Amino acid sequence: MTALQHVKLGTYYVVHLPEADDFDFWRERARALVQSDVPPDRIAWVEPGGSGDLFAHGERRMPVPPMDARPVRANRRFVSLAKNAILHSDPERFALLYRLLWRLQSNPRMMEDKADLDVRRVEELDKNVRRDSHKMHAFVRFRLVESEDEEVGEHYVAWFEPEHHILRANAGFFMRRFSNMRWSILTPRGSLHWDTETMSEGPPAERHDAPGGDPMEDLWRTYYASIFNPARLKIGAMLKEMPKKYWKNMPEASLIPDLIAGAQGREAKMVEKGALEFEERPDTLAAIDKAIHACRKCPIGQLDNHAVMGEGPQDAALMIVGEQPGDQEDQTGRPFVGPAGQLLDTHLEKVGIDRRAAYVTNAVKHFKYVQRGKRRLHQNPGAKEIDTCRWWIESERAIVKPKLVLAMGASAARGMLGKTVSISKVRGAPIPLEDGSELWVTAHPSYLLRLDGPAREEQARLFDADLAAVRARLEDQA
Amino acid sequence: MAAQTVLQKLEILADAAKYDASCASSGTAKKNSLGGKGIGSTEGMGICHAYAPDGRCISLLKILLTNHCVFDCHYCVNRKSSNVARARFTPQEVVDLTLAFYRRNYIEGLFLSSGIVKNSNHTMEQIVEVARILREEHDFRGYIHLKTIPEADAEIVHQAGLYADRVSINVELPTDSGLTRLAPDKDARQIEGAMGKVKADLVEAKDARKRFKHAPRFAPAGQSTQMIVGADAATDADIVGKASRLYDNFRLRRVYYSAFSPIPDASAVLPLKRPPLIREHRLYQSDWLMRFYGYKPADVMQATEADGNLPLDIDPKLAWALKFREAFPVDVNRASKEQLLRVPGLGVKAVGKILASRRHRALRLDDVALLTQSITKVRPFIVTVDWRPITLTDRADLRSLLAPKSEQLELFAA
Ligand code: SF4
Repeated sequence: MTALQHVKLGTYYVVHLPEADDFDFWRERARALVQSDVPPDRIAWVEPGGSGDLFAHGERRMPVPPMDARPVRANRRFVSLAKNAILHSDPERFALLYRLLWRLQSNPRMMEDKADLDVRRVEELDKNVRRDSHKMHAFVRFRLVESEDEEVGEHYVAWFEPEHHILRANAGFFMRRFSNMRWSILTPRGSLHWDTETMSEGPPAERHDAPGGDPMEDLWRTYYASIFNPARLKIGAMLKEMPKKYWKNMPEASLIPDLIAGAQGREAKMVEKGALEFEERPDTLAAIDKAIHACRKCPIGQLDNHAVMGEGPQDAALMIVGEQPGDQEDQTGRPFVGPAGQLLDTHLEKVGIDRRAAYVTNAVKHFKYVQRGKRRLHQNPGAKEIDTCRWWIESERAIVKPKLVLAMGASAARGMLGKTVSISKVRGAPIPLEDGSELWVTAHPSYLLRLDGPAREEQARLFDADLAAVRARLEDQA
Repeated sequence: MAAQTVLQKLEILADAAKYDASCASSGTAKKNSLGGKGIGSTEGMGICHAYAPDGRCISLLKILLTNHCVFDCHYCVNRKSSNVARARFTPQEVVDLTLAFYRRNYIEGLFLSSGIVKNSNHTMEQIVEVARILREEHDFRGYIHLKTIPEADAEIVHQAGLYADRVSINVELPTDSGLTRLAPDKDARQIEGAMGKVKADLVEAKDARKRFKHAPRFAPAGQSTQMIVGADAATDADIVGKASRLYDNFRLRRVYYSAFSPIPDASAVLPLKRPPLIREHRLYQSDWLMRFYGYKPADVMQATEADGNLPLDIDPKLAWALKFREAFPVDVNRASKEQLLRVPGLGVKAVGKILASRRHRALRLDDVALLTQSITKVRPFIVTVDWRPITLTDRADLRSLLAPKSEQLELFAA
């Protein structure tokens, strides 16, 4: 007897599923129906609470497949997709899967045909379910309920609204993750409870069954707001991954509108507090001269003083960098004219460096001082002030392009390197700079001025040695 | 000053961590808390527990142990000479926060970094201490990513790898000269030396596990690094070159790019403008092409324009295709997988679907349209049974035809 003869012509079957996510039940029934050769359009699949009973008078008893019926076949790809797709909330899913199973019998490789509409649809269901599960793993937020009862202890309870029938399928994930924690997940489709040893299922819940808050949420919101970088606002990217429908159960989501609204202001503040608005680099020494006179980027520029520009030939092979103008430089507007400058001249002459052939300038362009009565007492520039003024010394370097830079004193070295170095450690040897030139570091002549006797002699000797090394190097390169 | 509360510290130390691009929590060994005393699991795939309005995934509690720092790196908001508010967590405070957040399912674990206090070894020891308490005292089995300090002793860094799922060492800047200029306290050779040691530890641990099952794990999610883009003069070609050398030499899992963003109290040495975020995006796309599409670094470099940078208006794959039009059109019914992967608009998934489906039928343009996101983008580069783009691939204005205008607008707002 063939299967066709077996099924009464014109019989319609109605299959009531006991649970919306019961794959095994569906598989049993589907297998028998295929073996009995019942075509897809003769079956109505009805899930609990569903109204899919198209065939009110359909047969509720299952057909009995003939003894010689061929086994039903389905490849692994189909089974794994079907297990997931059945969790979807689309009432058509059972019928779709049956139709696919039916077609698979005559075309076993059909699942590979990605352009087939049924295959595409089941893949879509699978994808939606996987996404919903993934969002559940991500967006469930537990709240702590502390019980009076010592025995019971801490209990973590979450409220979640899945789109599909995924609750039971995801019990394992939460169990593996929070295995030593007592927790419950309540949803409108049912609830799960784990007591650190066994899992139990409960009836559908309502939102007010779950606790309304948790003190940790303030910390979490603080974290959420702080980790967001307002300079990178990308609302679309956020919405794509965290659609609004999930927001209502996520404590941090209430911050989003304000964070977005405030982002531009926060970024502007970051920029304002930070990025000193330097314009394009001036491209002539005269333009730098003009610009530093107008510069107020650091507090030194707020004092009553004048900017002092470097001087010397624009194509000098040697650039000598001092710390900052002193009182006399401030008044004359020229670098190295005070006592330190005179001492420098003596030493340069002694080792045979022609100061007029060098470009002489300072790491910081304005004189920093404190007023004591009528006197202005020299003060060392701070690291931040040197770094700010570095813009100008770099602009000068970009134009003069010296082969060698001699930085005198730690401040001058910082202006070149961006870090504070110890002079005794770096003196006497070249430090390569990124533009291919060389930096030599030595003490500042004003340091010598502060010493007496043998100490002064010793330092003067070292200073001369450094200058001599620079001279030798210049000759090498000439 | 009154002592700071945990909340105040969190505000400062999370804010200071917001410039870090990496947040991944995937690709580590599977673990769960069944049979243990504590909590936590990792199942291979990481989970983003929230997204910030900057579009970035929040997967880990990403914070600094402290933002005090003895270094003076100019691109860094925590540098010594910066005037930002400072804070310092104790290791125990970080542990408590991590566990409290984890129990509520806010996070996958911890990503801990730190400014350098006292010295590198001391700092690294404190970082390791946090991980030790989590793992040993609380049997925490979630994800831990530790940022290691290249200047610290190799032995302490090794300890970090024994507790962590992933360790990272930032190269910071794509060129050595940029590093010298902007991170004067750092040394490129030291950074790469530290990466080399981590790689050796990774290889050794993997080897040991082949021989005996209970050999200790060492950073099962491998090591990663981050580069700041746009703070120095490096071009995209330089950056891609650097990244590929790092991948080759140190077997990195990931190279993250972080477009330099304005930082409070910035140093004058920094560039005047921030680079467009889209530049960072193009670099990620090119990284993707190399990791999943079989492009070589040289291919990506060929896609750059005369200034060495990838075009901003079109993606690097399209840029490559427009430069090498002789490689197209590709016959979707006959071409090899490698050829199909070069077609702009065809992703890895679409190519897989095409290969599977063409065994069943000769594909027509409509079939391909069903399998791809946007057939408009693909059409000029393919041949199907009923379609051949005779003139289209040669049109001089192809680029303007294909440059996605709407996307540009969205990213402009970004
Ligand atoms: S010292 Fe330098 S940075 Fe400060 S105001 Fe003067 S020129 Fe500007």
